[in-house]
Amino acid sequence: MALLTPESGLLFWMFLSFGIVVIVLSRFGFPIILKMVESRKSFIDESLLVAKQAHEELAKVKIEGQEIINNARREQVAILNEATATRDVLINDAKTKASIEALKLIESARRQISIEKNDAIRDIRQQVTDLSIEIAEKLLREKMSQNGEQMNLINRMLGEINITKS
Amino acid sequence: MKNLHKIFCFLVIFMSGTMVMAEEKAESVQHKEQFNVRDFILEHVSDAYTWHITKIGDTEYSIPMPIIVHSSTTGWHSFLSNRLFDGHEYKGFKLAEEGNYKGKVVELNDKKEEVRPFDISITKVTFSLLLSCILLISIIMFVATSYDKNKHESKGGFVGFMEMFIMNINDDVIKPCIGKDYKTFAPYLLTVFFFVFINNLMGLIPFFPGGANVTGNIAITFVLAICTFVIVNIFGTAEYWREIFWPEVPVWLKAPIPFMPVIELVGVFTKPFALMIRLFANMIAGHSIVLALTCLIFVTVNLGHAMNTTMTVVSVFLSIFINVVEFLVAYIQAYIFTMLSAVFIGLARVQPHHPHVRKKRSFKIVNVKHKIKSLRKRFRKNK
Repeated sequence: MALLTPESGLLFWMFLSFGIVVIVLSRFGFPIILKMVESRKSFIDESLLVAKQAHEELAKVKIEGQEIINNARREQVAILNEATATRDVLINDAKTKASIEALKLIESARRQISIEKNDAIRDIRQQVTDLSIEIAEKLLREKMSQNGEQMNLINRMLGEINITKS
Repeated sequence: MKNLHKIFCFLVIFMSGTMVMAEEKAESVQHKEQFNVRDFILEHVSDAYTWHITKIGDTEYSIPMPIIVHSSTTGWHSFLSNRLFDGHEYKGFKLAEEGNYKGKVVELNDKKEEVRPFDISITKVTFSLLLSCILLISIIMFVATSYDKNKHESKGGFVGFMEMFIMNINDDVIKPCIGKDYKTFAPYLLTVFFFVFINNLMGLIPFFPGGANVTGNIAITFVLAICTFVIVNIFGTAEYWREIFWPEVPVWLKAPIPFMPVIELVGVFTKPFALMIRLFANMIAGHSIVLALTCLIFVTVNLGHAMNTTMTVVSVFLSIFINVVEFLVAYIQAYIFTMLSAVFIGLARVQPHHPHVRKKRSFKIVNVKHKIKSLRKRFRKNK
């Protein structure tokens, strides 16, 4: 049963080599590997947490941005409405002013026309008077050329004057 | 399918080659004696002072190993083992041909009796062991030094593979088996795992640097078991020792005649013993099976060509199959050794139980119901 009895030389070498292997690896080998993996794991966990937070932050920012955009849009609509209203008011104002102005112009034109008309009428009357006086002169001269007529006229005139005096 | 065809052709050529060689060998063997399978296997699984490479014709090709001995009379000696071949004697040492020390270095004392000197020769197993140790240290140190402390980058390639392997053993074997203070024992247990694994793998390589039956040698598994035994008992808690010397059993089982303490104490020694025998037996069995299947070729030479050809085919296919299985066994045995060591350490790290749990640990059958209930509760809680 040589197989079942441990050989002293082999025991010695095994103790020596396995001891060295255990000491070296359990001091400089495995703990370093385990530590690195552990630290990497915690680093990844941390990174994931940070990423998650950033994601949440981003979502928040997005919502805020949306809100701002919505507000802006609402304001825009309000401003547009106001502008429309203002425009309408302005146009109406302008219209009324214009019509008043037009009325004023028409009025003054009319007055001018009436003044001109009166002037013209007066002129015409003047001329008519002058013409009728001339005509009357002419007629009178023609009539006066006859002797009898002169006396008649003087008499009639005198008569008339008398009448008026009395 | 193309490749399969090629492989098949190769195998047929290879097998016919081996067959011819086998015939020659058998013929040469036949001249002297019948081919002895038992001796052949035992010779290959046990330790030797030389590393036998091959035999071509009548010349043996082997690497002599250094012999280092300390004689009680003449002191230290060291020389190469080829000086002792073929029954030669050197400085009063020779290889014993018969008796208890067959094949070992012996010297003759005053009464002309063969005695063993203190022998720390670099034998086949020792050489393979040292080689594996160097290989293991360089692999693990390569992985450990390839990390940049300031960078948290993940590694690919071989380092990534080793890291995954190490973390697998650490997280799935050591952590659950030991419990919360597993970090103290993880480096030792990882060393044990990779030590056993690399030696198992080296044993599967059929040519020079490998092939030695290292983990199938009782001295190797003995040291491994001793280390686990020492760690288990040094780090054992007070509760662990209390459970050995004053277990929770009815008083008559432990008071006047300490039945249970004796059984528990025996258990302390059987645990590492089981570790030692399990690894040793499994690895030696694997080597023996592969060798026996190879012997099938040589044994069947006398049965004629047809039989020999068939058995050669069978032998090669079975050898391939067993080698694949052995690859699995190499991992499984390292895994089991580590896991059992971790379990034993975990058992020795037991903490005092909670009072109501302790009550339910008594031997009364009535309490089993409660036990199941509490277990269920705990299970639910853990869920």
